[in-house]
Amino acid sequence: MVSAEARAWAAAAAVPDPEVPCVTVADLGILRQVRLEEGVAVARVSPTYSGCPATAMIEMGIEAALRAAGFEVRIERALSPPWTTDWITPEGREKLRAYGIAPPEGAAGKRALFDDPVVSCPRCASTATRKISEFGSTACKAQYACTACGEPFDYFKCI
Amino acid sequence: MPALFDAVLELADDHLILGHRLSEWCGHAPMLEEDLALPNMALDLIGTARTLYDYAAQLEGKGRSEDDLAFLRVEREYRNLLICERPNGDFAQTMLRQLYFAAFMEPYWAAAVDSPDAVIRGVAGKAMKEMAYHVRHAGEWVIRLGDGTEDSAARMQAAVAELHRFTGEIFEESAASAALVAEGVLPARAGMRPAWDRVIGMIFAEAMLEAPEVPYPQTGGRRGLHGEHLGHLLAEMQYLQRAYPGATW
Repeated sequence: MVSAEARAWAAAAAVPDPEVPCVTVADLGILRQVRLEEGVAVARVSPTYSGCPATAMIEMGIEAALRAAGFEVRIERALSPPWTTDWITPEGREKLRAYGIAPPEGAAGKRALFDDPVVSCPRCASTATRKISEFGSTACKAQYACTACGEPFDYFKCI
Repeated sequence: MPALFDAVLELADDHLILGHRLSEWCGHAPMLEEDLALPNMALDLIGTARTLYDYAAQLEGKGRSEDDLAFLRVEREYRNLLICERPNGDFAQTMLRQLYFAAFMEPYWAAAVDSPDAVIRGVAGKAMKEMAYHVRHAGEWVIRLGDGTEDSAARMQAAVAELHRFTGEIFEESAASAALVAEGVLPARAGMRPAWDRVIGMIFAEAMLEAPEVPYPQTGGRRGLHGEHLGHLLAEMQYLQRAYPGATW
């Protein structure tokens, strides 16, 4: 017998990210917790970037999934501790790579002012890559190109 | 807690006005990468502003919402730093303005992550990492343009001449923020001076730019004394709520 809390977690955890649909909110580590309070499923969600326009979409997606699973829902937005790419699960990283997005390299932390990480190409795995721009199609991604296979790709930047 | 409301509103105004100003580049940037980068940076600033306005509205407890604070106040009620409202000018001027601001906010938020106030702590933890990206991005451009062609170097130096006089205000406390510094809720602005001087000094050295003497530093934003540019910005930003009060979508 699966507990109601586990069932609520499973329903919320399966919600895909609206901008990077290959990964779920659980893969990204933005769904922090789902608990039951007097029959209401309370989902704690951490936004990725301060201005990420997907935050509201993600919260609506989680709310809809929990309602569809038969729960009353409350969403809690958790700013602290701040979300970090360190919370992306190993499976999440592999799904990103398979989708053509290079996952974040190394641990989030302070890096030197003009120091760039070594990013490997999600297609050919070469580390001969170059940064095109630190800002990409969404707040969480940078634009890179591979000098070995010639493909441009997105890099999920480390924060 | 009127001091906390005022101090949070000051920070929110800085971020909204600078974010809105930067968003004016959307669709006009000199290349596609910058057309993505500048609105991305603007979104970071506006996202931070939203959380702060939402908090200010709760602190005030008079039923005003984050939108009411953003869209239904007039110039004299805005408390943003003057540098945040300065027009975009050319690309050099925009990049220098962003650098001046971000090079302050990065260490400021880094110091605020230990605040006893949970919302300040939460905002700080996110924003300090975003500001590090802004410093890098704007700093790279300031170096590239300053140490670039004759034209780009002249424009970069002109931007310094235009904007440097607004930087002193960044380090001033208002009565509200001074009270919160005394309580240990916010970091002291003057304490960011060494970090700011170090980053700006390093970038200027590489960019071959000179920081000018400033005989008449410009200040007044925290008291609601703004330049003529803020009214035009608000007229555009607030148009919809003024023309169709209460409109939602």
